[in-house]
This record gives sequence, C-alpha cells and structure tokens, in this order.
Amino acid sequence: MVGLEHYLTVAAALFVIGIFGIFLNRKNVIVILMSIELMLLAVNINFVAFSGFLGDVTGQVFTLFVLTVAAAEAAIGLAILVCFFRNRGTIDVEDVNVMKG
Amino acid sequence: MTSADLEIILPEIVLALYAMGALLIGVYTRQDGMARTLTMLTALVMVAVAFWVGVSPDAGLGVSNMIVKDGFSRFAQVTILLSAATVLVLSTDWMERYGLLRFEYPLIVTLAVIGMMIMVSSGNLLTLYMGLELQSLAMYVLAALRRDSVRSTEAGLKYFVLGALSSGLLLYGISLTYGYAGSTEFGAIILVALAGDLSLGLLFGLVFILAGLAFKISAAPFHMWTPDVYEGAPTPITTLMATAPKVAAMAMFARVTHDAFGQAVNDWQQIVAVLSVVSMFLGSIAAIGQRDIKRLMAYSSIAHMGFALMGLTAGTVAGVQAMLLYMAIYVVMNLGVFAFVLSMTRDGREATDIASLNKLSARRPGQALALLVLMFSLAGIPPFIGFFAKLYVLQAAVGAGLVWLAVLGVVATVIGAFYYIRIVYLMYFGEADAPLDDGMAPAQGIVLAGCAIIMVVGVVNLFGLEGVAAAAAATLIR
Repeated sequence: MVGLEHYLTVAAALFVIGIFGIFLNRKNVIVILMSIELMLLAVNINFVAFSGFLGDVTGQVFTLFVLTVAAAEAAIGLAILVCFFRNRGTIDVEDVNVMKG
Repeated sequence: MTSADLEIILPEIVLALYAMGALLIGVYTRQDGMARTLTMLTALVMVAVAFWVGVSPDAGLGVSNMIVKDGFSRFAQVTILLSAATVLVLSTDWMERYGLLRFEYPLIVTLAVIGMMIMVSSGNLLTLYMGLELQSLAMYVLAALRRDSVRSTEAGLKYFVLGALSSGLLLYGISLTYGYAGSTEFGAIILVALAGDLSLGLLFGLVFILAGLAFKISAAPFHMWTPDVYEGAPTPITTLMATAPKVAAMAMFARVTHDAFGQAVNDWQQIVAVLSVVSMFLGSIAAIGQRDIKRLMAYSSIAHMGFALMGLTAGTVAGVQAMLLYMAIYVVMNLGVFAFVLSMTRDGREATDIASLNKLSARRPGQALALLVLMFSLAGIPPFIGFFAKLYVLQAAVGAGLVWLAVLGVVATVIGAFYYIRIVYLMYFGEADAPLDDGMAPAQGIVLAGCAIIMVVGVVNLFGLEGVAAAAAATLIR
C-alpha cells in the first residue's frame, strides 16, 4: 500500500536533488533552471499528497498556482539568461563572475 | 465577492488596473518620449493610494480570509508606497542620462509594489506566496534592466537563481505547514499551535519558511546575493531594493512569526535571534573592506536588517513597534544616501567608488554636510534619529529579557560606526585626487536635503510615528 509517507519521501528526495543540483553544478546555468523546476515540482507532490490525505482541496488549488508561477519564473529566468549570453557570450556557471562574491 | 471584500482590496485593484492600462497605452503608442511624464504620474498615483490607504479605517479580514487590512498592513503599505514613489521621482534623471527611461520602468515598479502590498496584507500562505512572487519576478526584471551591461544582467541572473531557490525553500515550508496544520490560513495555523507544542512536521515547515524569508530580507547567512546584486543593478533599482522590498519582506516576516506562529514564540525566537546576531556582525565587519559605495550600502542593509530582526525576536507589541519604526527610519536614511549616490559621476560616467568622495566638503559643502548627518544617523550616533531607531529596538529586546542580544547589538553598532565615520573622514579630511563632477539634479538635491533635515527635526517627536506604530503593532498580536 502506498501511503502518505511514501509520497513525502519522494518529494523530499526530489527537493534535495534540486538543491544539490543548484550548488554542486559547476557547468551550465540551464541545469540550475532545471533544478529550480525540480524543487517546485517536489513541492507540488507534497501539496497533492497532503490534499488527498486531508480530504481538503486547498492543496490542489495551491498546486495550480505554483505551476503558473513556475511557468512565469522560467520565462523570466530564460529571458535574463538570453540577455546575459548576449553580453558575455557564455552561460557557464564559472563565468558568472564579473563581480566577486 | 461582496462589496466589503471589494473595499478591502480596492487599492491593490486600482493600482493593478492603472499598471495594465498604462502598459496598453504605452505599447500601442510606442512613445518613449512620454516615459518621464508616466514616471511622475505613477509616483503621483502611488502617493494618492498611500494617502487613501492611510486614512481608510481598519477593515479586518476579507476575501475568504485571504487578505487582512489592519493597522499593521496599512502602516507597511503606506511606507512601501511612499518610498517607491520617492524612488521613481529620484530616478528619472539618472535613467534619462543612461538611456534607460522607457515606459516599462515605472510600470514594472508598480507591479512590484502591488506584490509588496499583497505580501504585507496576506492572511493566508497562498496570498503571501503570490504577493511575494509578483514582487520577486518584477525585481528580477528590474535588476537586469540595463540589457547591454554585463554587470546588470549578471546581477539579474544571480538574483534570479538565489531568489528562486529561496522561493523553493519557502514553498516547501508552506507545503509542510499545510500538511501538518491542515490549513494555509494564518487564523487556523495559530489555533493548531495553541493546542500544544508544535509537531515535528510543523516545526520543519516553520524553519523552511523562515529560511526562505531570511533570503528575501537578506539576513545573514542567507545574504550572499545582496552585495553583487546591489553593485550590478542600475543604481535607481538598487535604491528601490534597499527600501520598499525590505519593508515588505520584514513586515511579512513579522506577520508569519506573530500571526500564524504567534503562539509558538519559543520555537522561532532562537532562530530569529541567531539570524539577527549573525546579520549585525557580518554586515558591520564585512563592510569595512569595501571600496564601492553600493556594496558598502549592501552590507549596511544586512546589518540594519539584523537590528530590525532584533525587535521581532522580542515577540512583544513593543518589539513589533520598534521594528516598524526602525524600518520607516531606515528607509528615509537610505533614500537620502542613495539620492547622493545617484548624482555621483566623473567625466559624465557613473563613479561609485568611495575614494571619489575624497575632500567632497571643499567643492560641495552643503551636500557633504547632508551626507554627514545621514552617515551619523546610519551609524546610530545620538543627536540624530537613527539613534532612536536603535534605542527602541534595544529597549524591546531588554524588555523581553534578551539582555545578551541587546549587548551584542551595541557591540555591533560600535564596529559598524567605523565605516560610516570613515566616509565622513574622507569627505572632510581626505586627499582630493580624482574629484567627482559638480552638479546634482533638483529632485536628488531636494530628497537629500529633505532626508537630512528629517534626521535632525524628527528627533523632537518622531513626527508622531511612535503612536501610529504602537497602534499598528497592537493589531498584529492576538
């Protein structure tokens, strides 16, 4: 039987993979965008699992909002990335270093 | 939606309709010549809405308990609207000089302001998240507004990646809170906390939410985006980032801790205290080595956020009152300093290195004096209003029995005073080598002088803000 804890475990694993994807990735900014998407989707699994467990639709409504915001976020992220590429000619993570920090 | 609901969110709706209508007109006429008029008009609309929000009565919860218009949210909204309007007025000359004054600029700022207004008046984790995202997405775009500059786009990219990460952390916390409290409404979460100790799941949710919010207010150890984004973003955008969004995020922080988790003060008090101490010390120590005034102001804002958090740590009405006063005063000080930074040019190009302030007093005595007042106020030196901001926060911390926190705060103030006073030293006793161009736009001069005068005159009674902030804080704590 697949219970709530299984869903939560999957979501937690995906979320951690997403965070590690952002920090350990040394290659490409696109991979960071994918990691961010993974984190948001992990949260959605959480919401839907809790929604089913509690018998309450708030979680599913929240998921729809999160999906919409994630789409807008990806659009803006890619737009900024295109601008950065035009100026710098590269999107390697190691080259995002004009300012120290 | 009933008429009572409509009344509660009418200011936000009016601003949103204004932004969309102006955007349509701008796109169809394609006249960037009207950008200056539009910027001024937007500032005017914001001031009008601020006045409207300020005089309207407390309406309480509405829109299915999603939005709450109490004294606290109105105080924060008025601060946000007025500071954003001031930034718009300040920035037109800078934007024009560097060819950035397009009609989109005031409209994106308006959208960010709507997001901030929703953040501070949210009564539900859903509205909190939507408001926060509206504000963040607009700010990412603004940070990368100078599309042909590597620094500006890099700032936008860094802000975006770390902002999205913090949104993810916040959202994960919200999902856990929803699962273990059974609701996303603040009013329902506080009842769960009232029943006894927080469950482990709820505690995890709280920690994730606080981590996400700490990113947004740039509290250490979640501050790493701040210096780079402040340095790279166009200076008017840095001015905006240092003022209105900080107020909004701090008010949201207060709302989550005191409203949703108001019965679990002991659970979050230690976390907020650690954020506060680390921010104060990191902001004060790391600023010492900075050569760029925008980076310096970034570290200064980290330290100031630490002080504002100290007020929240108390978990009392006095603490929230101190936080509100601190944020209002902080915004005025920052607007004054940035009004000067916006005017810093050398041979027609922007020059934000601290060395260019050398011997400023010889050529621009009035401005040097105003900057001296503002720097002393930022440092918290007694005759000026910045001292009273810190005094209220320290009193609140002592009143809540957190004497150790207050002592550490005083130590951090003394360390931080060093770099503010160093700027004053350079202005009056430095070696003039590569002087700045003379001249300053009228709007910048007026704001700089006005903020400096407020620092001195406000000492009399803080313009009656003390009572307003106390009333606002009282509505937050149930």
